[in-house]
Amino acid sequence: MKIKIVINNEFKEFNVPCDTKLIDLLRDAGYKSVKRGCSTGDCGACAVILDGKLVNSCILYAAQTDGHALITLEGLGDINSPHILSKTFAAAGAVQCGFCTPGMILASYALLINNKKPSKEEIAEALSGNLCRCTGYEKIEQAVLKAAEEMRKGE
Amino acid sequence: MREVNTNKIKVDGLSLATGRAKFTADEEFRGMLYVKFLKSPLAHALIEDIDDTKALALKGVKIVLHHKNTARIPHTTAGQGYPEPSPYDTYMFDSKVRYAGDYVALVAAESEETALKALKLINVKYKELPAVLDPRKASVPGAPVIHDESYASGIYDASKNIPGFVEVKVGDTEKALKDSDVKAELEIETHYSQHAPIEPHVCITYLDEKGRLVIRTSTQVPFHVRRICARVLEIPEKNIRVIKPRIGGGFGTKQEVYLEYFAGKVTLLTGLPAKVELTREEEFTSRTRHPMIVKVRAGADKKGKINAIDMEVISNTGAYGSHALTVMFNSGSKCLPLYKTDNVRFKGTTVYTNLPVAGAYRGYGATQGYACLEQVMDMLAEKCGIDPVEFRRINHIKKGETSPIFAALGEGKEGVAQYIQSSTLAEAIDWGLKEIGWEDRQPPAGKKGRFRKGKGMAIFMQGSGIPLVDMASASIKMNEDGSFNLNIGATDLGTGSDTVLAQIAAETLRVPTENIIVYSSDTDMTPFDVGAYASSTTYISGGAVIDAAEKVLDQIKAVAARMLKTDKENILCENAFCTNKANNEKRSYSEVGLYSLYMDDQFQIASFGSHISPVSPPPFMATFAEIEVDTWTGKIKVLKYICGVDCGTPINPVLAEGQVEGAAVNGLSYALVESYIFNEKGKMQNGTFQDFKIYGIKDVPPMKVKLFKSDEPTGPYGAKSVSEIGINGPMPVIANALYNAIGKRTEKFPLNPENVLRMLGEL
Ligand code: FES
Ligand code: FES
Repeated sequence: MKIKIVINNEFKEFNVPCDTKLIDLLRDAGYKSVKRGCSTGDCGACAVILDGKLVNSCILYAAQTDGHALITLEGLGDINSPHILSKTFAAAGAVQCGFCTPGMILASYALLINNKKPSKEEIAEALSGNLCRCTGYEKIEQAVLKAAEEMRKGE
Repeated sequence: MREVNTNKIKVDGLSLATGRAKFTADEEFRGMLYVKFLKSPLAHALIEDIDDTKALALKGVKIVLHHKNTARIPHTTAGQGYPEPSPYDTYMFDSKVRYAGDYVALVAAESEETALKALKLINVKYKELPAVLDPRKASVPGAPVIHDESYASGIYDASKNIPGFVEVKVGDTEKALKDSDVKAELEIETHYSQHAPIEPHVCITYLDEKGRLVIRTSTQVPFHVRRICARVLEIPEKNIRVIKPRIGGGFGTKQEVYLEYFAGKVTLLTGLPAKVELTREEEFTSRTRHPMIVKVRAGADKKGKINAIDMEVISNTGAYGSHALTVMFNSGSKCLPLYKTDNVRFKGTTVYTNLPVAGAYRGYGATQGYACLEQVMDMLAEKCGIDPVEFRRINHIKKGETSPIFAALGEGKEGVAQYIQSSTLAEAIDWGLKEIGWEDRQPPAGKKGRFRKGKGMAIFMQGSGIPLVDMASASIKMNEDGSFNLNIGATDLGTGSDTVLAQIAAETLRVPTENIIVYSSDTDMTPFDVGAYASSTTYISGGAVIDAAEKVLDQIKAVAARMLKTDKENILCENAFCTNKANNEKRSYSEVGLYSLYMDDQFQIASFGSHISPVSPPPFMATFAEIEVDTWTGKIKVLKYICGVDCGTPINPVLAEGQVEGAAVNGLSYALVESYIFNEKGKMQNGTFQDFKIYGIKDVPPMKVKLFKSDEPTGPYGAKSVSEIGINGPMPVIANALYNAIGKRTEKFPLNPENVLRMLGEL
């Protein structure tokens, strides 16, 4: 079937079988920041932002996003102009293996667009669907707090 | 200028944090085949017949492999140095399956769906055999023999299902125990668990333009992958190149080599790229932590001086003996030297069962050993009427001291004698006491009511690499702009070793870390390294980097001396400049680099360095916890978790702290919630993150980690290891805190509500 999605502010058209999962469509289209950790919606490695909300792309059909707007980590910046969250994650030591990082940053982004000054509890709530086995989450929390602070300063 | 002991941002930090870094599965290969495995539904069975005709007939299926069409080459999947101290008891495929989940056949097809469909078309006739599902019964007379095949080797006693055994005695433990004023004894059981890296195992193979096999894989041990694959695929090492891209976490499970040769075989037979990617469920039964039964008996005199420690371990390695001997050895060798005593005995038996295969996992036997030893130390302290902290102060090993266990017990063989040359354990203990509020600690007797609080502590050591075994090397070359290529075999699996090693190179070469270009873990391009395990990378690979960098610095000085018309002894290198001390005349590194390549008597400024260590200096840790137990539900809430760690002089303090925090949270998750549920056939029933909980951000208790700098004279810029020790903390610390809350000793982990209620006599 034919579907139209806005991905990272670019208009895209795909022709895919109707049982295609969103994660497969995105990865096949080159959005490799979308990672596969479980395929059952339990780890958040494949998380993307759909119309401003964090969703796990491994349990969505691509067809469900027809006519909607998606953001993947590629959409937030690149190595030459990284998003503040990418910078604070790297600086705080919130990135160890980095496999959970795209999902973590998108979860943080989805939080910060609506909540400029989140509490630690609000951060934990927002990131509760994203598993990280490396960091123990301490430095991830610090990175989000720091990014929130810098984003407030930048306004 | 100081490039070490500073918080440099990871050299790969931004590429990871912008999602641009390439992991194994992030490259596309045209015409790639998808490999899927048919797994045994039975714990123990002979394969009487296997028929792949229908599967092969399915459109899109390229190849089906099983024991009838592959060579049976005995090997171990343990990615250890050669010769591996693990038995050769594993085969690509065999006519016998030894656990529910064992590989029976594989299908390689043009799509994943086709491969999965084809699996269902393979007909297998099994003859079920009685299975061993209880490690305590593995060696009883008449127990089914799991490895009765004649072609296995290196098994200690196959007829009794014992792949590894050791008994080591120092002094006379029995006599010393008898003569002790106080004695304590405890037997505990630790449980199955899995590393659960968020990236499951994945590997892609293809042929390069010269027909060589390229293996792109999520591994901790690229050089061992090359060697083991060469053996199993019966091709020379020179025809194999192993590339380690970014790795999504390992924790020991990617120290196993058990997928690469399957993909490699498919590629060699078809000429096509092939990919194996485990599902989360498959990951859970890939490699696990050795469950153990640990029994410690110990005695002390009235003043609290330990007279004797006796430790017995039964380690369950599952169906294959990967790391069977060495993990069990480490329960003794990484725990027992912590306490000074002249009488020590360690007896370890590893057994086969028809359960999932165990392997290397962060902590590597020490985690299990400490879960018992540190409870027994508390028991002794209580019997002596001495505070547990004071008891440990009296007995723990200190700077300048040694333990006979260092020489008696190593990893799979004798160890090496060594003296402790650095330790800030005492400071870490003092700090932890204050943080947890130890002086308010009340004995369990007076605690009543539904919610009861308790405080516990424990101390730990680990090692830094395997002495006289682990070897690492590095190469460094200088470019004309004064930058350097640092090529290392060391394997960064998220630990930050690329960064730490770049910092060490920069410090030695007297340049900013930004001038070091790191490339790691590619068997064609980088020199040898045993890989990332045994807490070895900073300590051992760091030594190799210093060796290479010092040789390069010497060459830089020689060229600068020629340029400045003086002797090399007069040259001082600092901040990427060479200065003639006599007249302060300077040449920048870029001028030196350019000169050496283009101007006069040209040559490439470059060198290799290698390192092995005769010792393995232990990092130390003091851990404290306060918990609250709900005696109605059995749920333990950790109120506070404190770790003080001596890892020498950290090269990168933030990254070192991150290792401790990550290990602590992994350990808490293991101690409190993670657990395998098996059916009566030994098949794991809870192989998803929904049914097998690991800690998420909301589960993490208030936690404090602090590094207590010491200066290890044998380490690179004073560093020791840090990656494993943190995971040993939670089991004994929570158990000791639980005792302080309810007055009961923990014999069975995890400390989940069910086991806690059982301790309370409610189940
Ligand atoms: S891969 Fe989608 S939630 Fe884990
Ligand atoms: S950094 Fe490795 S899983 Fe989070």
